[in-house]
Amino acid sequence: MSILILAEHDGKHIKQSTRQAVTAAGAWQLPVHVLVTGSNSAVLAKEASEIAGVAKVLHADAAHFEHPLAEDVAALLVQLGADYKVILSAHTAFSKSVLPRVAALLDVAMISDAVSITAPATYVRPIYAGNVLSTVESSDAIQVVTIRATSFAAAANGANAEVTAVNAPVSAGLSRWIKEDKTVSDRPELSSARVVVSGGRSLAERFNELLEPLAHRFGGALGATRAAVDAGFAPNDIQVGQTGTIVAPELYFAIGISGAMQHLAGMKDSKIIVAINHDPDAPIFQHADYGLVANLFDAVPELTAALSK
Amino acid sequence: MEWDHNMKVLVAVKHVVDYNIKPRVKQDGSDVDIAGVKMGINPFDEIAVEEAVRLKERGIATEVVAVTIGKANSQDTLRHALAMGADRVVLVETDADLQPLGVAKLLKAVVEREQPRLIILGKQAIDDDLGQTGQMLAALINAGQGTFASVIEVKGDEIEVTREIDGGTDVVALKLPAVVTTDLRLNEPRFIKLPAMMMAKKKPIDNIKAADLGIDIAPRLKQLKVADPEPRKPGIKVANVAELVENLRLAEVL
Ligand SMILES: Cc1cc2nc3c(=O)[nH]c(=O)nc-3n(C[C@H](O)[C@H](O)[C@H](O)COP(=O)(O)OP(=O)(O)OC[C@H]3O[C@@H](n4cnc5c(N)ncnc54)[C@H](O)[C@@H]3O)c2cc1C
Ligand SMILES: Nc1ncnc2c1ncn2[C@@H]1O[C@H](COP(=O)(O)O)[C@@H](O)[C@H]1O
Repeated sequence: MSILILAEHDGKHIKQSTRQAVTAAGAWQLPVHVLVTGSNSAVLAKEASEIAGVAKVLHADAAHFEHPLAEDVAALLVQLGADYKVILSAHTAFSKSVLPRVAALLDVAMISDAVSITAPATYVRPIYAGNVLSTVESSDAIQVVTIRATSFAAAANGANAEVTAVNAPVSAGLSRWIKEDKTVSDRPELSSARVVVSGGRSLAERFNELLEPLAHRFGGALGATRAAVDAGFAPNDIQVGQTGTIVAPELYFAIGISGAMQHLAGMKDSKIIVAINHDPDAPIFQHADYGLVANLFDAVPELTAALSK
Repeated sequence: MEWDHNMKVLVAVKHVVDYNIKPRVKQDGSDVDIAGVKMGINPFDEIAVEEAVRLKERGIATEVVAVTIGKANSQDTLRHALAMGADRVVLVETDADLQPLGVAKLLKAVVEREQPRLIILGKQAIDDDLGQTGQMLAALINAGQGTFASVIEVKGDEIEVTREIDGGTDVVALKLPAVVTTDLRLNEPRFIKLPAMMMAKKKPIDNIKAADLGIDIAPRLKQLKVADPEPRKPGIKVANVAELVENLRLAEVL
């Protein structure tokens, strides 16, 4: 019995979260296979075959996988999955859409967002916005699991696994891809950035003007609270929190952020947290390694200038 | 005319611990202690009800039915849905420990009974934080799914769903009947006025006993224990920007 990891890529590279899933799979000490879906995606299958710890790459190359739909990827995984002990991926928007579908079709439960794994079937996962850690044991023959990527190191290169082509079932035609609108930026991906500079709604129209130079100084990513996104000051894909992206960078700046538990859920595992807030009683200070009580409109430009020296 | 046939919308709503409450772990570590804690409609499900009611107000939906699965006290969440404008509500009553696969199977039974054209769920329940039920239901009824919706638009026999995904948004078109799960930006739920709440109290609740449906909902996951996460070590306040920079330098993150 082996483990099957659903790989994710941006058309150019395998995502770091897939490498983190490979590390998580180590808990079982079983051969790790990686499924790469795409169209004209031989380069991506090759890239996956080089990840240390990967024994085999299953490559499903099909025209309808240029923009893989959850319904179609799930059908493929169900076709392959019966031979596996574990179907695993990172807890990303893509896998969150696909894996519950797979689990239901295989008639097994799914474990979402595991932060630790004890083979063969015990998992720790956060519940209630990360306020509680729940340990669960699954009784199913096939384990369908997503992992919290930030809880696992990324597997480096170091393999030369065999790549096997697999046939994908034809599209079920339940849905159709129409278009996408991805943020183009030269900053690193939020979920894996070394430094994240996040702002709250108080930054208002000056969100980018104030935070971008600071993020730029570190080659970091921008993050935001739900309130900043709802108000239209920041795009949806940079919401950090319980219901947004989970981050755990080396350095996290919380600027003009009150520290609601839904926000903390997405960043409290950061190594160093810096908070800047003019309210000395803001809850965020209870979670910050370094707290600065100041008006952010003065402190942020001053900080950016001091760091650029 | 496209809307001549049934455009019934089914909304699944879960009764959960209020989002403002930080739950406590029971002393024996067996579970979270929710006795006497304030509860209410899962915020994503409130967005789902709002969207369904708006579809009806715009003359697109013909009927809005809300369903919850759970203990008798889940009625409060159904009343909330009624007060927002749902036409009818269904309680599938059970005291059992519920997990998404079992919930999806019970919802499938309700779908077969109600025959909706559109089914809306929340993207995630804020208690278990699993985010599975909508996708599982879609799989079980062999329907298309639009997860993390920020805009939906019914177009003939399809629905177009704008989805909040990693790195931006995308748009998919689903054949109806279809399943949609809500994200935060889909709408801002209306404020419920007292008269609407009073009216909702008088409306009937259709009660089905889960046990009568003959569906296996036995939990597949066993919770072994719960615990508080490890607290962070306390930090310090710095007096000014210079002191902050000095500390970051010492921490070797610059
Ligand atoms: C279902 C649900 C899911 C949610 N999911 C998320 C999530 O994933 N992520 C998330 O972030 N939130 C989430 N929230 C929202 C969360 O509860 C908070 O409302 C939100 O995080 C608050 O954002 P904020 O800190 O920007 O705003 P506020 O709470 O309004 O805080 C603003 C802060 O800015 C400070 N400030 C104002 N002006 C200045 C100034 N000039 N200088 C310095 N400081 C200043 C204030 O002192 C205050 O502390 C969710 C809520 C719900 C109900
Ligand atoms: N017991 C329930 N009754 C009705 N709907 C539910 C129930 N549990 C989950 N749901 C729906 O499924 C969504 C996702 O829940 P979950 O998969 O548990 O995160 C919720 O937002 C609800 O719309």
